Amino acid sequence: MGPLLVLWLAGCLSGTWAVDRGNFKTCDQSAFCKRQRALKPGQSPYRALLETLELTNTKLTLQLINDNNKVRLLLELYRLQGNMTRVKINELKPLKPRFEVPDVLINDPPTEPLSLLSRDENGVVLSLGADSQRLIVSAKPFRLDIMEGREVLLSLNSRGLLAFEHLRIRKDTCQEVMSLSLSHSKVDPEGTENKEETEAANEPAEGEEEAKEDEKVEDGMWEETFKSHTDSKPNGPSSISLDFSLPGVENVYGIPEHADSLKLKATDGGDPYRLFNLDVFQYEVFNPMALYGAIPVMLSHSAQRTMGIFWLNAAETWVDISSNTAGKTVFGQMLDYVQGSSETPQTDVRWISESGIIDVFIMLGPTPTDVFSQYASLTGTQAFPPLSALAYHQCRWNYNDQEDVAAVDQGFDDHDIPYDFIWLDIEHTDGKRYFTWDPHKFPQPKDMLQGLLDKRRKMVTIVDPHIKVDSSYKIHNEIRSKGFYVKSKDGGDYEGWCWPGNSGYPDFTNPEMRAWWASMFAYDQYEGSMENMYTWNDMNEPSVFNGPEVTMHKDALHGNWENRDLHNLYGLYVQRATAEGLIERSGGVERPFVLARAFFAGSQRYGAVWTGDNAAEWEHLKISIPMCLSLGLVGVSFCGADVGGFFKSPSTELLVRWYQTGAYQPFFRAHAHLDTPRREPWLFGPENTALIREAVRQRYALLPYWYQLFYHAHHSGQPVMRPLWVEYPQDTATFSMDDQFLLGRDLLVHPVTEEGARGVTAYLPGKGEVWFDVHTFQKHNGAQNLYIPVTISSIPVFQRGGSIISRKARVRRSSSCMEHDPYTLFVALSPKRFAQGELYIDDGHTFNFDKQKQFIHRRFSFANNALSSRNLAPGSQFTTFSWVEKIVILGASKPSKATLKTPDGKESQLEFEFDASMSVLTLRKPGVNAGLDWTVVLQ
Amino acid sequence: MSCALLLLLMSLALAMGTGAAVEIQRPRGVPLSSEQFYEENKPFTCLDGSSTIPFDRVNDDYCDCRDGSDEPGTAACPNGSFHCTNAGFRPTFIPSSRINDGICDCCDTTDEYNSGATCQNTCREMGRKERESLQIMAEITKEGFLLKQQLIHEAKRGQEDKQGKLTELQGSKKGLEEKVEALRTVKETAEDPEKEAKERHLKAWEELIRMEKDKTRMAEAFLELDDDADGYVSVAELQSHLELDPDSDGSLSETETQGLLGGADKVDTSTFETVWSGIKDKYLQSLICDPECISICRNLEKEIGFDFGPSAEFAYLYSQCYELSTSEYIYRLCPFNRVSQKPKFGGSETNLGLWGQWAGPEDNLYSVMKYDHGQGCWQGPNRSTTVKLTCGKETVVTSTSEPSRCEYLMEFTTPAVCQEPASLDEVLHGHTEL
Repeated sequence: MGPLLVLWLAGCLSGTWAVDRGNFKTCDQSAFCKRQRALKPGQSPYRALLETLELTNTKLTLQLINDNNKVRLLLELYRLQGNMTRVKINELKPLKPRFEVPDVLINDPPTEPLSLLSRDENGVVLSLGADSQRLIVSAKPFRLDIMEGREVLLSLNSRGLLAFEHLRIRKDTCQEVMSLSLSHSKVDPEGTENKEETEAANEPAEGEEEAKEDEKVEDGMWEETFKSHTDSKPNGPSSISLDFSLPGVENVYGIPEHADSLKLKATDGGDPYRLFNLDVFQYEVFNPMALYGAIPVMLSHSAQRTMGIFWLNAAETWVDISSNTAGKTVFGQMLDYVQGSSETPQTDVRWISESGIIDVFIMLGPTPTDVFSQYASLTGTQAFPPLSALAYHQCRWNYNDQEDVAAVDQGFDDHDIPYDFIWLDIEHTDGKRYFTWDPHKFPQPKDMLQGLLDKRRKMVTIVDPHIKVDSSYKIHNEIRSKGFYVKSKDGGDYEGWCWPGNSGYPDFTNPEMRAWWASMFAYDQYEGSMENMYTWNDMNEPSVFNGPEVTMHKDALHGNWENRDLHNLYGLYVQRATAEGLIERSGGVERPFVLARAFFAGSQRYGAVWTGDNAAEWEHLKISIPMCLSLGLVGVSFCGADVGGFFKSPSTELLVRWYQTGAYQPFFRAHAHLDTPRREPWLFGPENTALIREAVRQRYALLPYWYQLFYHAHHSGQPVMRPLWVEYPQDTATFSMDDQFLLGRDLLVHPVTEEGARGVTAYLPGKGEVWFDVHTFQKHNGAQNLYIPVTISSIPVFQRGGSIISRKARVRRSSSCMEHDPYTLFVALSPKRFAQGELYIDDGHTFNFDKQKQFIHRRFSFANNALSSRNLAPGSQFTTFSWVEKIVILGASKPSKATLKTPDGKESQLEFEFDASMSVLTLRKPGVNAGLDWTVVLQ
Repeated sequence: MSCALLLLLMSLALAMGTGAAVEIQRPRGVPLSSEQFYEENKPFTCLDGSSTIPFDRVNDDYCDCRDGSDEPGTAACPNGSFHCTNAGFRPTFIPSSRINDGICDCCDTTDEYNSGATCQNTCREMGRKERESLQIMAEITKEGFLLKQQLIHEAKRGQEDKQGKLTELQGSKKGLEEKVEALRTVKETAEDPEKEAKERHLKAWEELIRMEKDKTRMAEAFLELDDDADGYVSVAELQSHLELDPDSDGSLSETETQGLLGGADKVDTSTFETVWSGIKDKYLQSLICDPECISICRNLEKEIGFDFGPSAEFAYLYSQCYELSTSEYIYRLCPFNRVSQKPKFGGSETNLGLWGQWAGPEDNLYSVMKYDHGQGCWQGPNRSTTVKLTCGKETVVTSTSEPSRCEYLMEFTTPAVCQEPASLDEVLHGHTEL
């Protein structure tokens, strides 16, 4: 404990409240990034060898040659189903195989045939099927352009930044020695020099001088030192880079995780956005530094089209963005417009990765919805969480012992605040040995879990992927004896410091290891566990306190591959193995719930993520919105930030505002650092307790809507929390909003995130549309900036006119307690007196919705003064006890009567109330079962 | 006691006998006290007067009243409350959101009438247990309160004692000063005599002052050293005075101390005179830092100045320490002084807070002690401890915890907080209102 603490203090904690930037590399300090970035746009040395072109039913292949060093690359082009193009570039004959990312795509993406439209010595033109879309391959210099009609949608290598560091034999030491005795002849001392180099030597090419230049050994190619850590690079330089130009595009989004604005910024003059999973202590907001997770997916958006670029590479990656309009002021842009001198706006993007191959999926949209579907077809959709996981989570590092857990649980009941999950951080274990319990503090975990179960509540315990090296610890012994640990470059088990002290890191990339790990969650393996206990994987970047940049050495080995090749993938595998364990322990019946900090493309299939160790600061509250929006755009809908802020202690006002914001974000969990004062919701006086209670109750009432949105996310890949432009793609006013968002299509949330706010200005989109304040039912017109005076109790939320949202007004102490409760429908009429909505119901926790089609999916429609419910899933079967207790119609006029009609032909009159001042019609107690057909006719 | 039980049984019988009838008459979830507002077959007016509805809409599982009063027996109203009679135990209200939520809240099971939850009626058992614990508490309170009276008495005596000593000391100090003054007068009047006589006289005069001063100092020292005021200065008492260490090695061994006391285990005032010369120099030296104020007086003044409760019932805790040993640490509470924590298996002591103030709620100020300004925490506040006092016969620390980093909580029982016990009948009746 002592040495660890010292190390921890010295290594991670600088004692100040800001990130220690010196612990993390800038592009200049990352040798490959520096090398690649030194390359400036210009004529590409690559040329397509058209004579090598082969076209099969599924793909086109073509060799590229670098005229400087004569190294050949193999280009593969695929036209994928669903309007996507895949571009794959690898060395034609690499010295040894280069890493290709496995387990991220859910299948081999189905292809569609490419057809050759024309071909000459300058290149080929291929048809991408419908919409007059063509793919043009230019030979010299090599570039790719995707066109629609006469418009270029996207160009690859148009700036000539394709760069592929081919694998090579180390020469800086060997050859210099050999050249002394072997004079100038280019004989490979090992006899293994690859063919391309031999060709290059034999061919008296014009570029020979450059060829030599290219071969020059630069610092950091074969070894690199950062702080006290040396990266041995036995494979030498292997980085890759490619540029993409997006004409007509001014807005790009995505590539999480960064604590930055939703709309990505131009990186000229600063560092590129970095994607490298790191445990960043006390991160700062508004900068491009890498954080815990990495999803190499970027969306481009203009009023005309939305597209996506998915760069499937799990190595350290940097993304440069430049824009010809980025620096211009609004006035400058207007001037351009008036003078007609404006060049077309264009965004240029450049991806740089340390190793692997170029494997990029171009999702051609054209709508945001299309891009989400396209990406979902590649990497899958959001795991459908148990309903209770969408409710409120109470966490703290740490709830000290069983009595503490019982007292906090009771506190929620005493103060009538609902919650579903209470969490235990690392201190619950026996000396940070995961899968165990501290024998003094948690002597009877099953009693504790049973106590929670009796109140229909649940628990999450933490299981981190670093394993204490301790020969009396079963988990460690098994992993060691099975050879499941990641190996160091010298072949021994890799060890590093983390919470337990000296730790090993299981090789989660190994399927056998994952299967074994999953089996550890069986009830008879994980002692003290029960079915209402779920899992949290923290530190899965992985975090190594004494490693370079607080993570694993890049030359550590996962089987044959270096951590360098797959670093960003490690966290995904950890969460996957854990989720599979939770599924297996229930015999495949129950849906898992696993929260992870590190993630990669595809992580959405395994559970939830959160934005890591934020701080109790207003800026961190604000940044939670763009951070989760960015994740939602690239598939990860189940996102949240620590409510209250992890580090430091929030002011009461900040805490209340954070609850109000978190109540309307997908993953709603309060969490706090060990060293902060307690902050359970009732510790700030009755007034603040009431404010927090109200925020949490709003969340619970809205759970039916959340559940339906997650069903959609699971079903179709549409994000739950959306930027406004997703639904209003032509409204340029929405393109760079960081302070408000949509839940689904129908709720607009503009949480109060300013200290001491007296009012907020919300933008209500949609010309000709209307929005209803969900609290007052006040109607507002769309396409306006609306100033809303606020008090400390205000959470500005608006329902779109034209939508129907279901709530459960009977908020109880946990979501499970509300299972059979009736619904209230909120029908917000559009100006044309129309509305539509859905309701999804299932058992809330098993896979039966999927395997046995046991669910209810209803469509509610209001048209022609009649509201009806009809079945959206005739093939499904489920019975619910829930019924419709109330229908609230916003923007209504007063009917003379309201008649309920059921399929059995019965008709009954409903009583109603009409509030003329707000035009709100409330129908009393229709009483129909929520799973049945019915119609209410207003006369 | 038997009388009390009989009374209780009678009231139980009453409740059970009328229970069934009451259930029919008033709607589910309505307490007897509100029965009058729910008259069957008459329109019901919401208790807040906001509207009037037909009686068949009471408990029809739809919320009509803004105050929730039309649905006392269902979960329909977000702000409703449900009354459990809990015959045999204590009646209570629960939020109506707990009706039929699958969790048994009322010990009489009446909250789960339609949820499928299988609840056992535990009211009798709970009532029995509560009565038992109330009885135990009452006994403790009773005995504790007697002890408290004693404590108050002792404190009063102790206080008078100390006040007396202080007055005496201050008096003797004053007396000494007067003597000095008198001698000065003598000296002044004897200014004229010849030089020799004058010198002799001066010497005697100085000697007299010196002796007088010495005597006073010795008396003061005795009082100061006699910690428990039993009229003897013992080895144990002396040992805490490191300033007397003859070889100045930082520790005062028993042998050294005995040496100081002339080989005795304890000495009274007269014996003390004989050993005084051996202690004097070091002792007086320790006082030199503040020669003007006599530290004994100071300490006494300080002690008398403490708020030991309305009747000084907490005075007996002064200069005492109480320990609690946990698996990792030994916690030490020295009331009105400090709280500390020492690792069991080596390591230095950590100060968890110095006496701050009484910190109970306004109506019960003397139920909580606050110790603060303890050792600082890394990136955190200074350690502090809240001590919760509960009535008990013994004076003991019963538990410690650290609910929040560096904020400790200690439970401490003492007779000094025992309230005058209500008669057991009253206690039981207060809790079985029917």
